[in-house]
Amino acid sequence: MSRNAHVAAEDASADEILRFSGVSMRYGRGPEVLSDVSLSLPRGSFHFITGPSGAGKSSLLKLIYLAARPSSGSIRLFGEDVGAAPASILPRMRRRIGVVFQDLLLLDHLSAFDNTALPLRIAGHKPSEYRGDVAELLAWVGLKSRMHALPPTLAGGEKQRLAIARAVVGRPEILLADEPTGNVDHEMALRIYRLFVELNRLGTTVIIATHDQDLVARSARPVLHLDKGRLRPLPPQGPVE
Amino acid sequence: MSEAFDPQRWRPAPFLPQEDARDPALLFVVAVLSFLACLTALGVIASSRAAQGWTDQLTAEATVIVRARGGETPDAAAARAAEVLAGVPGVSEARALEKEKAYALIEPWIGDVADLDDLPVPRLVAVGLDARKPATAAALGRALKAQELDAVVDDHSVWIEDIRGAAEVVRWIASAILLLIAGAAAAVVAFATRAGIAARKDVVEVLHLTGAEDGQISNLFELRFAGIAAVAGAAGALAAGLLGGALRLVGGGEGITPALPIAWVDLLVVLPCPVLAALVAAVAARITARRLIQRL
Repeated sequence: MSRNAHVAAEDASADEILRFSGVSMRYGRGPEVLSDVSLSLPRGSFHFITGPSGAGKSSLLKLIYLAARPSSGSIRLFGEDVGAAPASILPRMRRRIGVVFQDLLLLDHLSAFDNTALPLRIAGHKPSEYRGDVAELLAWVGLKSRMHALPPTLAGGEKQRLAIARAVVGRPEILLADEPTGNVDHEMALRIYRLFVELNRLGTTVIIATHDQDLVARSARPVLHLDKGRLRPLPPQGPVE
Repeated sequence: MSEAFDPQRWRPAPFLPQEDARDPALLFVVAVLSFLACLTALGVIASSRAAQGWTDQLTAEATVIVRARGGETPDAAAARAAEVLAGVPGVSEARALEKEKAYALIEPWIGDVADLDDLPVPRLVAVGLDARKPATAAALGRALKAQELDAVVDDHSVWIEDIRGAAEVVRWIASAILLLIAGAAAAVVAFATRAGIAARKDVVEVLHLTGAEDGQISNLFELRFAGIAAVAGAAGALAAGLLGGALRLVGGGEGITPALPIAWVDLLVVLPCPVLAALVAAVAARITARRLIQRL
């Protein structure tokens, strides 16, 4: 059973993983890209963020993966007030989040294996602890025969899956994906979606920003709909899985 | 090809591309700066040794000018002064110089005069002093006065002070030059770090967003530039060491010139250069990288 989006701010609970309270954001002195956004997401939920281009989807994700700060309002992530948290704990919070960036941000000079292992290396794990897991994960996303390959030699879908492997290898508590099916065919989009569902079943909170209305409709997952930087609730559509 | 990849044999690749570590321009500039720094250090050591040599020589000697009094001939007065001085504690030897030497000293002023015997030309007494406990100019003066000799004692203290002062000035100038060179090296490395971070913004961004601490990221650049500087420092030190060795060989025991005597042991001064270059580079890279990363 899917959970509903808690668009309005609610009382914090033990199950809450993310809360936005009246969050607005602007880049420099530009116009607001997000206005008065309030939401509360329970741990283990699965949400889509939809909206037209420029609606603020990527900016919302940036705020969640701590790549930007709100110009007003407050964000609670993993029970911490992000604005009041000392800068020194932000890296540790980022390690609890896996991100599939819109432009993937793969490192071209590192092999698929090295790219995937990157979050584990940063977290200070020893290679002997994760070699097997990384190989298993790459096999799971269908890149078993491409582990040594450099990203520029990979096809679009392979790159996408590599970015996903890197995002999930550290078993993040939250998985954010920005247009993860933007450059792949329908078949691949469904395969990737099923991968996210599997991760969600294992307990990861999943948030996907997408334009793919067909995927959203098929999934029957709750939707956070953004329009001109404002959050508008949309009920789940289509059959519930 | 793909079958050849064995995860169990996998070793983590460096986060920064290896080819970035081969920066010939930076290597060259830091090597030249290291070379100049080593030459400066060698120059300071050589000039200090020269100054010390001159000072030792002057400290071990005094010169007494003796003028004849009454009916005494200059030669007799000089001989008597030498005898008196030889008896003063702290004097190892006192010798009256021949009148020809005294004449030679005044020749520039009075010209080549055939017969100076009628003139009361003062005589010189060269006094050798005990190196461990040399007699003071005052003691020598008192002994001469006691024997009613008209004499002036020059213990070279004015010259010694001048030489010491000059050596001190050389040391200060060299220190300033070394500081300037270190500053220039730091500025070059800071510039290279800035360029390196700009060129590898993708790496920095991914590491940052994947949860790397600022220190972890700046360490990458710190180690990289410290490594480049260490190699460049070693090259500069080697070149300076070879040049110093060549000067020592060409000049024999006194180096290229008695003014700059180089000893083999002096060449050891270039040894810390690679470490110091790496330290300066590491600090410059760390400060620059941290400042840039904090703006992310």
